[in-house]
Amino acid sequence: MTVPGPWYLVLAAVLFSVGATGLLVRRNILVMYMCIELMLNSVNLTFVTFARMLNDIGGQDSVFFVLVVAAAEVVVGLGIIVAIYRRRSGATADDISSLKG
Amino acid sequence: MLLAASNAASTSGADLANASAWAVYAVGATISMLGAFGVVLLRNPVHCALSLVMTIFGIALLFIDESADFLAAVQIIVYGGAIVILFLFVIMLLGVDRREPRRQDKMRGLTPVAIVVSLVALVSLLVLTQVRFWATGAKASTETLNGPGENVQKLGQSIFTAYLLPFEMTAALLVIAVVAAVVLVRRSAQSGPEAPRKTAARPPASQESHRPGTPVR
Repeated sequence: MTVPGPWYLVLAAVLFSVGATGLLVRRNILVMYMCIELMLNSVNLTFVTFARMLNDIGGQDSVFFVLVVAAAEVVVGLGIIVAIYRRRSGATADDISSLKG
Repeated sequence: MLLAASNAASTSGADLANASAWAVYAVGATISMLGAFGVVLLRNPVHCALSLVMTIFGIALLFIDESADFLAAVQIIVYGGAIVILFLFVIMLLGVDRREPRRQDKMRGLTPVAIVVSLVALVSLLVLTQVRFWATGAKASTETLNGPGENVQKLGQSIFTAYLLPFEMTAALLVIAVVAAVVLVRRSAQSGPEAPRKTAARPPASQESHRPGTPVR
């Protein structure tokens, strides 16, 4: 006996919206990245919930690949952030409005 | 009489299982929601990272509740143990573990707009959740979740048979990510190998003099 699936879907939707709000509101690049991780986690929760509702292991496979891609994304993204901060310390997302180096 | 008693016992057992399932869901949902609000609302990036750990643990609890045992373990190991540590490492390395100064941003007036946009997204997601056309009736292309065998075994079988090519491609993706990180973070690629070690290890003073809070143009 587990809680019906829609409850999990609603929770995942709320988590996704909170992450999206943070991504739009915060100006620190690192915190914006954490909000992206939050949204990825909520989507993972949705995948696992659908795997249970549809009785299909494919949803859990998708979560596996999302985890791998998230790890690669974090590595590259943090590399970019370190490079940006090295060039101009204390930069927020507003300060990087131009592509000029 | 005996039948009625056993019936009552079984219903109370079912009630207990029901209540425990709801309790697990409530605890997981509360932990993950608190962590999510912490990530968005706290002003110190270190506190944000710790709130992210909290969310990840709550979601791992919900994964276990939904019989995704392997993914719960991987969630804690990869997210809580690797990704958040990487975040904290970068925060400490860059020295941004201070409270963000409240600045007069040009975009601060747009914050209500951002919140409204997110609320619209939330409402549309909830409406989509209530639409009951998720099940297509098609047979599972890989394997069923509730069949015999352990969760890890079924997940591994489907990854190494049905999803073998994507699995191989993740290996290439990880190698590319590692190479990209090394290339991005390598210092002063344009100054050449004959550049003195001292300037390579320390940025020029004109770039270093910018303090946080002063806009860099």
